[in-house]
Amino acid sequence: MSMDRRKFLKVAGLSTLVGLGSSGAFELLKPGRVDAEMEHGHHHGEHHEKAEETGPKTRLAMLIDIKALTREKAEKIVHTCHHLHNVPNWGDPKNEIKWIWEDEFEHAFPDSYNEYDEILEHSPFLLMCNHCDEPPCARVCPVEATFRRPDGIVAQDYHRCIGCRFCMAACPYGSRSFNWLDPRVMLKKEMAKGRKLNKRFPTRMRGVVEKCNFCVERLAEGKKPGCVEACPDVMHFGNLADENSNVRKILRERVSLRRKLELGTKPSVFYLI
Amino acid sequence: MIEKALKGSSVYWGWVIFLLCIIGAGFIAYLYQLKVGLGITGMSRDISWGVYIAQFTYFVGVAAGAVMLVIPKYLHHYTKYAKVVVFGEFIAIAAVIMCLLFIVVDIGQPMRMMNVVLHPTPHSMLFYDMIVLNGYLLINIICGYNTLLADKKGLPCPRWVKPVIYLSIPWAISIHTVTAFLYAGLPGRHFWLTAIMAPRFLASAFAAGPSLLVMLLLFLRKVTKFDAGEDALQNVARTICYAMIVNFFFMGMEFFTAFYSNIPGHKATLEYLFWGIGEYGNLVPFMRACIVIGLAGIFILLVPPIRRNPLWLAIGCACVFLATWIDKGVGLVIGGFVPNPLEVITEYHPTFPEITIATAIWAVGGLILTILYKVAVSVREEEQRI
Amino acid sequence: MYDSGKVIIGLLIFAGIFLFPFIYDHGSPAPKPKPSLDTPAIKALPEKKCVEDTQFMITTHMQFLNDWRDQALRDGNRWYVNKEGKKIWISLQNTCMKCHSNKKDFCDKCHNYAAVQPYCWDCHYDPNGSKL
Repeated sequence: MSMDRRKFLKVAGLSTLVGLGSSGAFELLKPGRVDAEMEHGHHHGEHHEKAEETGPKTRLAMLIDIKALTREKAEKIVHTCHHLHNVPNWGDPKNEIKWIWEDEFEHAFPDSYNEYDEILEHSPFLLMCNHCDEPPCARVCPVEATFRRPDGIVAQDYHRCIGCRFCMAACPYGSRSFNWLDPRVMLKKEMAKGRKLNKRFPTRMRGVVEKCNFCVERLAEGKKPGCVEACPDVMHFGNLADENSNVRKILRERVSLRRKLELGTKPSVFYLI
Repeated sequence: MIEKALKGSSVYWGWVIFLLCIIGAGFIAYLYQLKVGLGITGMSRDISWGVYIAQFTYFVGVAAGAVMLVIPKYLHHYTKYAKVVVFGEFIAIAAVIMCLLFIVVDIGQPMRMMNVVLHPTPHSMLFYDMIVLNGYLLINIICGYNTLLADKKGLPCPRWVKPVIYLSIPWAISIHTVTAFLYAGLPGRHFWLTAIMAPRFLASAFAAGPSLLVMLLLFLRKVTKFDAGEDALQNVARTICYAMIVNFFFMGMEFFTAFYSNIPGHKATLEYLFWGIGEYGNLVPFMRACIVIGLAGIFILLVPPIRRNPLWLAIGCACVFLATWIDKGVGLVIGGFVPNPLEVITEYHPTFPEITIATAIWAVGGLILTILYKVAVSVREEEQRI
Repeated sequence: MYDSGKVIIGLLIFAGIFLFPFIYDHGSPAPKPKPSLDTPAIKALPEKKCVEDTQFMITTHMQFLNDWRDQALRDGNRWYVNKEGKKIWISLQNTCMKCHSNKKDFCDKCHNYAAVQPYCWDCHYDPNGSKL
């Protein structure tokens, strides 16, 4: 099934190149949408139009409870994530790689910064990839190394990335990191000082872009994302498309913010305040 | 025809060897970059594009500038450009090759470059940029070679070349429009997110490309027997002047929108570039110089008695070339990253290997241009002898 | 022919350089590599069998791993059903390397012989080794 779909998308891409193929043109306007619908159709044996009516069945989202978040917990979450994904700690902002990191409200929400609000001003915030519904990074990538999966995860294919860094320029959240140097050089140094690798997960190579992957490798095994496991009272992960899901229940009860909504990216990370 | 590049004076060969030395140094620096990674440059997580992409952007403009000669010659039959057009096309060839090289040295995994062709992605502007740039290179090779060959034989240009020449006009517009689209379609980068980006790119291109051409033609008049003709030079200079005025006019419009609306995001980069924000302002001297030099260039090229003096003409063109280079080759790309999406300021300092590589690509462009101009001048000199 | 002396000397030098490796190695081919299957995990298997049959794995493992990669990473499909209908978890590092825990004597043997450097190992590594 998946092989057929991939071949189909290749043909669709090529036919758009010569100005044929309506689905290819559709892909041009709404990247990722064709993918989502095809996946949907295959799973449920539904017809194409029907899938569009009902919308996707899965849209994964993360809720970060700022009221429950402390600096210690933030540190634990960052550490867990970076350990699980073998993210090197370069220790300087030039080469730095980060999938999730602690920052201030002022930087997380530069347009909503309110100088009279002392509660938010002093709260720690966790920033990460927003896994947007309309990801600008996937729109600009010239090789589809970054793309939106049908379940809403914006994935990064390190095997295909050419390292042009167009996605870094396009991301309005500064969520993407580039491997300016070989990450293993730093990992080896850290290992000499006692760092342990997560042997179930690869490293990256120099010259590719990386970012949070919503722990897609753990989800595949039926586990929760690493950050959720580290602090289940702060991080809530679930399916936004399901009315009865844990995340929808929380969102009904709590006030939430999303970053830079005015850009139309439709982020899937919510901040509960 | 190309054999004409193999016969030259010792000065010619000295120049070629000089360029080859720079290219060699850059090549060694590139091998180092290939081995260690782009970390040897001054680029960072915040300033993720630097000298390479900035130079790329500038030279797309230089390449597109050739169309300012093609339009009068082929659409308006302005015969005074007849002997000059090929020199514009040769600038385009050299500039596009430089652009492609700047892309190659900028990407993190150059051996995977063909992925762009292997996985064609029509929703990426970079995909179109690849098509238009390579297409423009091909078009200019076809047009430049055939028109020069026809001149050499004393025959009219083959008829099938005509449509290709006409095609080169919209194509030249397209290369710089698509290059502007690389920037102008990104949400969250206020400085780039402007509909006037493509028009402004074109205006500065039509100033930058021809100004390089005029400087080179003046040089050729001095050292060879080939004379482009005073009328042709003066007319190109007028074009440059108008294009530069339009470029500055567009720049002024950016200032108006940002500062009259008073929206912080729109103002931030302009403030950083021209006044500095807090302790950060390492581009301020460049950007202010750009305005002063650009205005000086406009003044020199605008006033007829000054413009008619060959020395002043060369200085005026040099001013325009330099001002547009600072504007696009320094300020535009770096400035777009300041402040970053979290409104934090990081400054950019290019490193020595990075500058060596960029200089080497300039030298490659210089070498290609030297060889092509040598051939063209030899053909023109033969014509004049007959 | 002009300068025939120089041209012929040049051609001879070129031919000499070009043919050098063939002459140098004449009669002494490098021994055929024998990738080792001697790992505890493989020994413990009731039937020594890979995901698919051996001949298929030898000839097609490159395309096969390419497909696995795209299925797992791009299509989110982590299960592979082999010709016998058995379901297998798609993962180079966690499935392949579990049995083939001897990268040096298995993967590298042939790759070195064929002078290929697959970029798998720029990111993936032998999870059983202590080094990256």
